[in-house]
Amino acid sequence: MSSNLYVTALFGILWREILRFVKQRERFIASLVRPLVWLLVFAAGFRAALGVSIIPPYETYITYEVYITPGLIGMIQLFNGMQNSLSMVYDREMGSMRILLVTPLPRWYLLLCRLLSATVVSILQVYTFLLVAWFFDIQMPVMGYVWLLPALIVSGLMLGAVGLLISSAIKQLENFAGIMNFVIFPMFFLSSALYPLWKMQESSELLFRICSVNPFTHAVELIRHALYGKFDGLSLAVTAGSLVFFLVLAVYGYNPARGFVKRMGS
Amino acid sequence: MTSNASLDVFDLSFAYGKKRALDNVSFSVENGCFTALLGPNGAGKTTLYALITQLFESRQGGIKICGFDLKSQRKEALTRLGVVFQQPTLDLDLSVTQNLHYFASLHGLSASEANKRISRELERLDMLERKDEQVRSLNGGHRRRVEIVRALLHEPQLLLLDEPTVGLDVPTRRDIVNHIHALCQEKGIAALWATHLIDEVQLDDAVIVLHQGAIKAKGLGREIVEQAQTSDLASAYEIFTRRAS
Repeated sequence: MSSNLYVTALFGILWREILRFVKQRERFIASLVRPLVWLLVFAAGFRAALGVSIIPPYETYITYEVYITPGLIGMIQLFNGMQNSLSMVYDREMGSMRILLVTPLPRWYLLLCRLLSATVVSILQVYTFLLVAWFFDIQMPVMGYVWLLPALIVSGLMLGAVGLLISSAIKQLENFAGIMNFVIFPMFFLSSALYPLWKMQESSELLFRICSVNPFTHAVELIRHALYGKFDGLSLAVTAGSLVFFLVLAVYGYNPARGFVKRMGS
Repeated sequence: MTSNASLDVFDLSFAYGKKRALDNVSFSVENGCFTALLGPNGAGKTTLYALITQLFESRQGGIKICGFDLKSQRKEALTRLGVVFQQPTLDLDLSVTQNLHYFASLHGLSASEANKRISRELERLDMLERKDEQVRSLNGGHRRRVEIVRALLHEPQLLLLDEPTVGLDVPTRRDIVNHIHALCQEKGIAALWATHLIDEVQLDDAVIVLHQGAIKAKGLGREIVEQAQTSDLASAYEIFTRRAS
């Protein structure tokens, strides 16, 4: 019964997230349109301005669209992590999170289930995006799509954990927009998503160093290497380490006796 | 502390910073008993519920559900607890059945067992024909019924209801109050019903009057009336909550 409870609950939470995602069509469309606009409009315009030299994992010259595809995959997962975070804050304000918290499951497990569900949803978004990109001739090696999956799990969990941590620290829904701007934009622009880090180094050593320690950079590089069947050990280590770090803080934050939730009145 | 109690709250205190919300509160809810927790807004009812449902944790005092300590035997305690919160907690985008299946899964019920219980409980509240409707399309009374069905799916021994009839019309309120009374009698479930609406409480119900974070009176409704030396519960409630102000 005990292990059954854990498995049934995991699938229940996962199924609810998928249903919600499918039913909220605007969210589904927005999650696709955002990276596609970057890919088909921004990249087309930027292609001429930015030449990409041959850097690992690439073995030949590539178009700019191909370069930013892993960054946009990271962007999908980053937005999804924040969307999940927003939905956690909303659930808490509206009360539906209480239903989750009065179940006989440990709180850390419930958070883990929410995190896994959000990651699965982000992976569905990524593969839909790649399918559309395929029709616009932005294609990766076939096996890359398979190798991508484990990388997406790690990067999706890490970015989801960032979202969980934020949701545990936010008191009210109104504060969320500001936090989104202070997290999403710096994480995205201070990374290797849109430009190789050596380009950044040419402009500013300080920015280069910030980009180098940004966990999002490593998530993007993990994805980039996986798409070409390559393994980037450093990126995996940083992404997985960041996942553990953010998750532990989020679990702490959701503990009513110690964490950030304690500060909230009812 | 009584041995046949579904809920035991003992010496419970809680403060928001320096503001004391509950002060040394102790009471029991007997098995199969409908207990009304009466108190005006700000009396501490919601804080008490937040502590029983583990949204907050108190360092002073304790709570036992069916004999299981909420801190050290959390799983055993929460398995026996069903809750209807004051705020609506259904997912508006999902159907009635989808909402209920989600909750059933959180208690480890298999799909077939969940189906059986969902049909049985919806039928009991005349909601079976609405099982495939989106919650968004239901009125307030129907949503409340779905929440009651949800709280009963895992067959709890203690049902907590936090002002569940707020915003509902009189006939719907009466139906829900009667339904919970019937559940206590027929199934032996204990119910703790928080309210400030005195007409929802009957003279034979156990009553706890909470005001300014402390218990001002407890006993059967008719005993409370006697204690206050008045003719009805409404006057007794007024006396206990006025006297303390």
